[in-house]
Amino acid sequence: MFDLSGKCALVTGASGGIGGEIARALHAQGATVALSGTREDPLKVLAADLGERAHVLPCDLSDPAAVDALPGRAVEAMGGLDILVNNAGITRDTLFMRLKDDDWQAVIDVNLTAAMRLCRGALRGMMKARWGRIVNITSVVGTTGNPGQANYCAAKAGLVGMSKSLAQEVAARGITVNCVAPGFIETAMTDKLTEEQKAGILGAVPMAAMGTPADIAAAVVYLASAEAGYVTGATLHVNGGMAMV
Amino acid sequence: MSDIADRVKKIVVEHLGVEEDKVTENASFIDDLGADSLDTVELVMAFEEEFGIEIPDDAAETIQTFGDAVKFIQEAS
Repeated sequence: MFDLSGKCALVTGASGGIGGEIARALHAQGATVALSGTREDPLKVLAADLGERAHVLPCDLSDPAAVDALPGRAVEAMGGLDILVNNAGITRDTLFMRLKDDDWQAVIDVNLTAAMRLCRGALRGMMKARWGRIVNITSVVGTTGNPGQANYCAAKAGLVGMSKSLAQEVAARGITVNCVAPGFIETAMTDKLTEEQKAGILGAVPMAAMGTPADIAAAVVYLASAEAGYVTGATLHVNGGMAMV
Repeated sequence: MSDIADRVKKIVVEHLGVEEDKVTENASFIDDLGADSLDTVELVMAFEEEFGIEIPDDAAETIQTFGDAVKFIQEAS
């Protein structure tokens, strides 16, 4: 099950902890992967580690022209684009009363608008192929909200709504659009939290442990597979029971 | 019938799965040929590829019938 041989997958934010693990997992199931991210060095290291069937496609997701060009580059590198994983995300956490326009816009641009552009760019080939898998990585806080993250939560909730609309439009074409919503996962992003913050969050997780990038990657592999063909417009929450929604 | 009309008709017949004689000059893709709005987008994509042209979104919206499509492509190519 979950064999992805012959499929071509583009993963954004592959230089990060979760994105890198998603790319690894898709690759392990047989997919060819295009690793995208802002920082080229970690992408190269990952590609070298994966060996064959791995391509490095650096891209600045805050640059609309570069984002629009990325699906085409992926097709050129891999010969197709069957699976799109919008994983890249940034944070500009601040209390709402101190929220600057720039903090808002930067997060919306990268976390939401870039995902829309990549979906749009990937759809043409998927429509023709009558097969496609789009997996958008959102977050538990897109559902629950989180103080200090109004911009991030808005973008993540926006991804869910966008995914559901798109899922309805393209369902009859064999294309599914789903979200994976991680809870508290060990990454560079969560490393920035203080011990006190971590303890507070873990107190709210019934499993009393942080998740790992591999937990998220497994959910993505499932949604990208042929076996998940009847699942669309769904959000798969992977959060240790932190929010049961 | 012109070569362009033949090629457009072939695409329409294949894509919408309709009988060839239903694809007449004034046949509306949506009202007469059973297309939904996404089908019309796909038809435009198919025309673009077949004829190597670009059909801007505002022009695509004016292409409602088989005749509209043939006329637009004749003028564009």
